[in-house]
Amino acid sequence: MAFALTEDRDKQLADILTRYPTKMGACIPLLHLCQEQQGWISEEVVLWVSNRLDLPPAHVQGVVTFYTLFNQKPVGKHQVWVCRTLPCALRGGVELLQYCEKKLGVHAGETTADGAITLRSAECLASCGTAPMMQVDKDYHENLTPETVDRLLEALRK
Amino acid sequence: MLKVTNYLTKTYGQKDGWTLAAYERDLEGYKTARQVLTSMTKEQVVDEAKKANIRGRGGAGFPMGVKWSFMRPHPTKPAYLVINADEGEPGTHKDRTIMELNPHSVVEGCIIGCYGIGAHVAYIYVRDELHLSKERLWAAIKEARAKGYLGRTPFGKDYPVEVHVHTGAGAYICGEETSLLNSLEGRRGEPRLKPPFPAQAGAFGCPTTVNNLETIAAVPTAFRLGCEEFSKLSTLHDIKDGGVRLFGVNGHVNKPGVHELCVGVTMRELIYDLGGGVLGDRPLLAVIPGGSSTPILRADEKVSAPDEKNPLHKWHDMSVLDVPLGVDTFRGLGTMLGTCCITVMAEGTCPVASMHNLMQFYRHESCGQCTPCREGSAWLLRITEKILDGRGTMEELDQLHDVANSIMGNTICAFGEGTAMPALGFLKKFRKDFEAYVKGEKTKAKNGTLAMGSEFATRMEGH
Repeated sequence: MAFALTEDRDKQLADILTRYPTKMGACIPLLHLCQEQQGWISEEVVLWVSNRLDLPPAHVQGVVTFYTLFNQKPVGKHQVWVCRTLPCALRGGVELLQYCEKKLGVHAGETTADGAITLRSAECLASCGTAPMMQVDKDYHENLTPETVDRLLEALRK
Repeated sequence: MLKVTNYLTKTYGQKDGWTLAAYERDLEGYKTARQVLTSMTKEQVVDEAKKANIRGRGGAGFPMGVKWSFMRPHPTKPAYLVINADEGEPGTHKDRTIMELNPHSVVEGCIIGCYGIGAHVAYIYVRDELHLSKERLWAAIKEARAKGYLGRTPFGKDYPVEVHVHTGAGAYICGEETSLLNSLEGRRGEPRLKPPFPAQAGAFGCPTTVNNLETIAAVPTAFRLGCEEFSKLSTLHDIKDGGVRLFGVNGHVNKPGVHELCVGVTMRELIYDLGGGVLGDRPLLAVIPGGSSTPILRADEKVSAPDEKNPLHKWHDMSVLDVPLGVDTFRGLGTMLGTCCITVMAEGTCPVASMHNLMQFYRHESCGQCTPCREGSAWLLRITEKILDGRGTMEELDQLHDVANSIMGNTICAFGEGTAMPALGFLKKFRKDFEAYVKGEKTKAKNGTLAMGSEFATRMEGH
């Protein structure tokens, strides 16, 4: 079936469009809405967005490839981002990432075989005072211990 | 001098601290904006703002009031206020606390700011990862709108103000103001050439002021106390570095965190009085003073300012740990104050592995627009990696200097300097460690530790 925003998200888009003096201003927020619905940005979505905002497809594709958070291929049901940058690394961020890799049986950047979890390393998530930390979908989990990590990852498998 | 305040942080930790009710109850919320809009002219606001000596809290330290004064009404175009909340400089964790725990201070700051610079719309650019921050900001905007503090006639004054939250999508470079503006317009976040500066042609080609989130959140407090009084809270008031601000401490300390303090505090006070000392009571090796782009300072460094005219003369021959954290004082030390969140490294931390970690960051975040930065950041990473892995040569160690120096000054935006300066800092301050890796006296397996003493890493040993 051809891509289209759900009715609810279409309403959100209408509201977003009122915030900017140009349609282009809605480009990144709209891509977020599309990704929220579909999990990733396919070529079809790029074309749909370019159509909807009267932008050249190359512009939209350029935006998608610029930003880390737009998935250019399908990802797991849950996103786990582990911060690896220096302030976290000083408090065990690297060991945390290795621990997650071992627990999930995947390398950073990969998705578990059951499609439940995509594990990725993140660059500084502005949580340096509560390191080590990771982001699971929309939530931050800070001052992590092996036990809290175990609990978090198990909950995602359910 | 250590002096704790709570102008912004009073509601932190309260059950409903981020709501309008708490803001009005405990922080005299929106009284200042009401008073400014109903009793002052736009020119008076800018003149008053200059007296606060608020140095931009995003890292560059430009005086906020002066920036506001650059805004001139355009005959046909509207003006915009854009708030930079793309917090992502490694070691920086202060703006997030304001958005999550006191979002109304940002909204009130936006109302005063918009009025002062002649804008009717403010955009708060928040990095996408900070979902709770966005949620709290939107909720604050909604509450303020319902009360009539935002909208067509805020506080009954015929001066419409709207505030919107805009989100990025994961790009550190969007914290650079012109890159942020491109991203706000729906483009790739590549920095623009300056001039034109944002005050002439910023968001959507219109006159724009870009302020850091903490900067704008300080505005209501400054106007409430009187901007000069606010500035005088700082011991560096005389050198135009005023007020109170948020100081972060992270890395190898017992109690990492964010504190609101009068400007003038020292790194020693942050580490030992507020941070609870170095993890495991180890000696201190070094401190990165304000985000990873600010060159590192060794704990054993002393201030060299024998000339009486040198602004740092007062601290001549003292430890760098005892110099008050200020924009100009730290520039004098050959580093930068940056975002005022210090990253503490205990003895035993590997400087080579630290630099390697940071070069991975810069390699990943270079937007790729300028060749010296795109290629240079990759070379810095590759060579540091070779040295860390014990495959580097002395010639390559020298090449690191050449590569870093070839980036400096040859790029559109300051990201280039932000990559090269910390690299040069590590190389200069820890040359012996790099040489030891080249000579094989040190190895990654034996010496390449970053997380020694931290709970998570200790528990993982032998796993």
